[in-house]
Amino acid sequence: MKYLTRLRVRRTYEWRGEAVGFNRKLKTLEFRSLAIGGEGVPQTAVSSGQHILIEGEDHDNPFVARVERLFEDESGRQKKATVQWFVRVSEVPPSKLKLLGREPHPQEIFFYDGRSCDDEVDVESILRPVEVRHLDADAPFPAPEDGGPLYVKFCWDSRTFRPLDPSLFESAPPRPPQPSLPLGAPGPAHAATPTSRGPGRRALPTPDPAVLRRAASGDVHLSRTAASAGKPAESAHSLTKLSVSKSLSARRTGTQLGVRKKLQLCDAAPTGSQDGPNVPSGAEPMVALTDDVLDQLLESTGSLARRLASPPRTASLAHSLTPLRRTDGGRGPGSSSRTSTSRAQEASQDSPTDPVGAAPRSSKRRSALKVSSRIRQQLNLLDVREDLSSDPDEEDEFVPSKKELQSSEEEEEEEDDEGVVVKKNRSSSSAGSGSPSSKRNRSSARTPRKTPRKVGPRTPRHATPSIPNRAQPTRRPANVLEEARTRLHVSSVPESLPCREQEFQDIYSFVESKILDGTGGCMYISGVPGTGKTATVHEVMRCLQHAAAADEIPAFLFVEINGMKMTDPHQAYVQILQKLTGQKATADHAAALLEKRFSSPALRKETTVLLVDELDLLWTRKQNVMYNLFDWPTRRHARLVVLTIANTMDLPERIMINRVASRLGLTRMSFQPYTFKQLQQIITSRLNKVKAFEEDALQLVSRKVAALSGDARRCLDICRRATEICEHSAADPSAAGLVGMVHVMEALNEMFSSAYITAIKCASTQEQLFLRAVIAEFRRLGLEEATFQQVLVQHQALCRVEGLQPVSVSEGLAVCRRLGACRLLLLEPSRLGVLQRIRLNVSQDDVLFALKAD
Amino acid sequence: MYLYVLQFSFLRIMSKRKAKEAHLPIGECIDQVHLILRKRFCHQQLPDKLEGVEAQHKHLVELLKRTAVHGESNSVLIVGPRGAGKTTLLRSVLRELSEVTEVQKNLLQVHLNGLLQTDDRIALKEITRQLHLENVVGDRVFGSFAENLAFLLDALKKGDRSSSRPVLFVLDEFDLFAHHKNQTLLYNLFDVSQSAQAPIAVVGLTCRLDVLELLEKRVKSRFSHRQIHLLSSLTFPQYVARVQTQLSLPDDFPDGKFVREWNAAVATLCEDKSVEDVLRRHFNSSKDFRSLHMLLMLCLSRVSVAKPVITPADLLDASRSCLADAQANMLHGLSILELCLIIAMKHLNDVYEGEPFNLQMVHNEFKKFLQRKSNSMYNFEQPVIMKAFEHLQQLELIQPADSSSAKTQREYQLMRLMLDHSQIMEALQKYPQCPTDLKQWATSAFA
Repeated sequence: MKYLTRLRVRRTYEWRGEAVGFNRKLKTLEFRSLAIGGEGVPQTAVSSGQHILIEGEDHDNPFVARVERLFEDESGRQKKATVQWFVRVSEVPPSKLKLLGREPHPQEIFFYDGRSCDDEVDVESILRPVEVRHLDADAPFPAPEDGGPLYVKFCWDSRTFRPLDPSLFESAPPRPPQPSLPLGAPGPAHAATPTSRGPGRRALPTPDPAVLRRAASGDVHLSRTAASAGKPAESAHSLTKLSVSKSLSARRTGTQLGVRKKLQLCDAAPTGSQDGPNVPSGAEPMVALTDDVLDQLLESTGSLARRLASPPRTASLAHSLTPLRRTDGGRGPGSSSRTSTSRAQEASQDSPTDPVGAAPRSSKRRSALKVSSRIRQQLNLLDVREDLSSDPDEEDEFVPSKKELQSSEEEEEEEDDEGVVVKKNRSSSSAGSGSPSSKRNRSSARTPRKTPRKVGPRTPRHATPSIPNRAQPTRRPANVLEEARTRLHVSSVPESLPCREQEFQDIYSFVESKILDGTGGCMYISGVPGTGKTATVHEVMRCLQHAAAADEIPAFLFVEINGMKMTDPHQAYVQILQKLTGQKATADHAAALLEKRFSSPALRKETTVLLVDELDLLWTRKQNVMYNLFDWPTRRHARLVVLTIANTMDLPERIMINRVASRLGLTRMSFQPYTFKQLQQIITSRLNKVKAFEEDALQLVSRKVAALSGDARRCLDICRRATEICEHSAADPSAAGLVGMVHVMEALNEMFSSAYITAIKCASTQEQLFLRAVIAEFRRLGLEEATFQQVLVQHQALCRVEGLQPVSVSEGLAVCRRLGACRLLLLEPSRLGVLQRIRLNVSQDDVLFALKAD
Repeated sequence: MYLYVLQFSFLRIMSKRKAKEAHLPIGECIDQVHLILRKRFCHQQLPDKLEGVEAQHKHLVELLKRTAVHGESNSVLIVGPRGAGKTTLLRSVLRELSEVTEVQKNLLQVHLNGLLQTDDRIALKEITRQLHLENVVGDRVFGSFAENLAFLLDALKKGDRSSSRPVLFVLDEFDLFAHHKNQTLLYNLFDVSQSAQAPIAVVGLTCRLDVLELLEKRVKSRFSHRQIHLLSSLTFPQYVARVQTQLSLPDDFPDGKFVREWNAAVATLCEDKSVEDVLRRHFNSSKDFRSLHMLLMLCLSRVSVAKPVITPADLLDASRSCLADAQANMLHGLSILELCLIIAMKHLNDVYEGEPFNLQMVHNEFKKFLQRKSNSMYNFEQPVIMKAFEHLQQLELIQPADSSSAKTQREYQLMRLMLDHSQIMEALQKYPQCPTDLKQWATSAFA
């Protein structure tokens, strides 16, 4: 994060040259090349077919992509690019990485062949061009080097690796070179690159403007036809390419040989005469590039490690409800047709790949090395195995060894975790140590700059939360009643959720449509406790994850937070961030990171589904937590679906200010309390043919609960208690029969009857007399409140009537306080003594009833 | 405590030496009696068997056993008035369970008290400490409140029914936990107990009958609504029998002869008429055992070498001191002037029906009494009266009527009398050498 300011420079983005075409259907102007400039950034150009780095959430590993099309929307405000994505090693889930069957090369990338990513990006997010080379599947990798090219061998479709068809890689017009290196791969955009304006350019084959014009007009024409076909943008685009490349290849056949020769010539003469003027200006970006890449390596932070370590999302298999899936009409066929056309187009092309052309030359390399080593010394960050002061001309020194990378990762991770700025006292001796154990020792010996840490036991930062395992195994349920009890426990996950089919369907289709469309939205779910809100949403998520695993819908992330499971509303940010990325951060920082994540464009990401349980607990005075939660889904690039759950139906109206309630929208759903039939069905489905209850008994329970609350949890608890009573009442536990009406009645009585009357019956004589005195005094005063002094007079009189010795004041106070502790009476604080006021917490009738029954 | 231990070990050695004789000097016997009975009365030693709560005992044992053995999560509240034996019940259940090896090896216990863990932050640290989770080093728990909560929840979430050790959470003074902010702890505990996570049993102890009304509805929904009520339906004969067993010595007492004598004396004591009256009075007042233990403790402290039995007179004395009115006793130590002021206040209360008064009003009332008397024996200066008035306030026999008293002058500050009339009259009867005219004035304002 420290280098963020270093990397972030103001860039300007301008089109180079005139628009080459206008797509009337989409109202977009198409361009060939884009110039990126800015203070401190060398002027570079990007054109279609070129590989670029795209800014992402991870500054050290920007996304890699290939530009396919550059265009501007009608208003002229937004400059856009269509790209073909590549995936870095760190973006592939570690579990899937195993499929590769070997250690991935640090500079290896994979051709992305999935469709869950938006391939349209804002040009503002383009960082710079990068060199990408294709290697055969069994070809060895060149030695890794900083700032060197990236290599593609395989194609990744989010499930498997396949060897990349070279034609796929070269689908674009021949790759133009690094901007600093003047070489002549023929390409339609080449004319626009800065180097191409050099004096010797005529010799290189440039596309005939006439052909281009024809192609452009063809584009317009074709796009019109393509638009009617349903997939306007992509197909139009690919057809354009097809026509352009066809005409190009037709032209090229004649000049093929010459081109080859010229190219070789270029290679042979490193700093040849023809690009002589470009050398100084070219060396600069080269240095800057290496610098950047070096920084990346230095900064390969814990976030990278965490990304690598992030667990793969696996979908559970429980899947009983089959939702009515929205048929995704044009999507599947559309994409497949696209690939087929692009394949055909690629096949027609026979452009030569010339990775050699972009190879760095040693002179530039050397200067770059000098600079970078100086930077490295200044930063003083890395534990280097090799002595850095050795001759920087030796290129081998510069290759980061695996250990070095690891150690830097580790260091950064530790720093991130601690959140303190740590000064490293590096000595030459410590530089030699590379093993993880010595790292640990060293880390504890560091001296913090800001907060002096106590010497002694350190915070166990990597403690794993767990409960110890039991020494002896659990017993299996032995008889029918025990089996029934296990099934009836609220915790047991049912095979299906009966009686919530409609709600399930609604939520499912809502979330599914959002995932398919790649948009965001909010939904508010309300209902009294125990009506299956959370369970239904979880069930929906299980089904969706199952569908995602079966490739019916794009993969998505599911994050769940609960307002009750956090200490403060702002902790919501921390928890969301941690569950999304595994990062730990303070609430403010987490809010900023999430804000960035959800608002920054060009993020090649999956839809995130966020479940916020107990929403009302996230209320703050300024309501900023709720505001953010509902505002993020409305962002264009957020792809966030927020499902919120709370108890009250009118929560948005009651506690939310207008701007929050408005963002929550009107997608609401309310879960009605279960009716007795539904409750009965729930129990029956849970029992699942285990015969433990009489039908009447079940009906009694469900009717009773439905009449009181409709809380399924209550219903299950009562049934569970009834099985216990049944078991105890039988003389021999194994011979216990079915749970009958008697047992259920007893369980109901236990759980629903209040203990006040029994408590009064069991109270001591003086306590009962005192209650009677309280009622007598209330009647005398005509109020529901009396002071102790007044009641005491009545009490003493009653004592005399009953033939007991009248109580003293302190004895009477003790009696009064005992009743107050049980909350049969409500008392004022006891320091008021005889003046404290007394109220009854039970109705007078209850008291009289209990006392009369004696 | 330490002294007891010393004494005990010393006595052990002595008794071993003289085991053959089976006859100890009377002094040692008395020491032994004190030791045994004090353990019962003060240290809440568990009786071998609980009486009158067999059903509740069985319910709780079964419940906790299912958690420990089958890994079933449960929650239960034990509700009963103070001194009804809630903690005793739980302790005896745990003692019984600890004899089952399956339980003993598996069950983790966490004991919390609402009076100690006054908020969730402290409670969480205490839980983490008692569970010896991995963020505990030595005796200290690291991490912020939020981290601790997340850590504990993660830990519980990772467990499952069949593999992780069950945890028993005992929440003493459960009602106080319900006053914590948002009831976060209770929600999470009950939520864990209702979901497929590490098996836990939550046992709450409380004396409030309305405890369920304190729970928020979503917390309440997650609670299993099992309540074990401990309401004693003890009758008087049972109460007396209980007194007898509490005072009797066990059979394994070293001196057989002394035991027989002592137990016979206790039996006759319990049959005594006056003793029965005293016990009945206590029984009528309250059925809990703490106050009974207090009474018996006072009796026991009168047992000595010279008087090696408890006599009915001891019990009467003990009962008298138990039931004594502390405020009335305080009146005995007042000066005549202060007593006069109290009487004046009593009359003011009679006249104005309990409305508050100030020093000037009391002084006026006092002056009226003085005017009727010819002698000026009680003639005091205003500052002296002021001083007496303040002394009464310090004794909290009178209290300011409202808290915003700082503004008004002390003479005019409104006060209330914290005594009942019966207490004043009783104190006057017992006041040593109380002047007759004062007594007369106390009974009637116009005497």
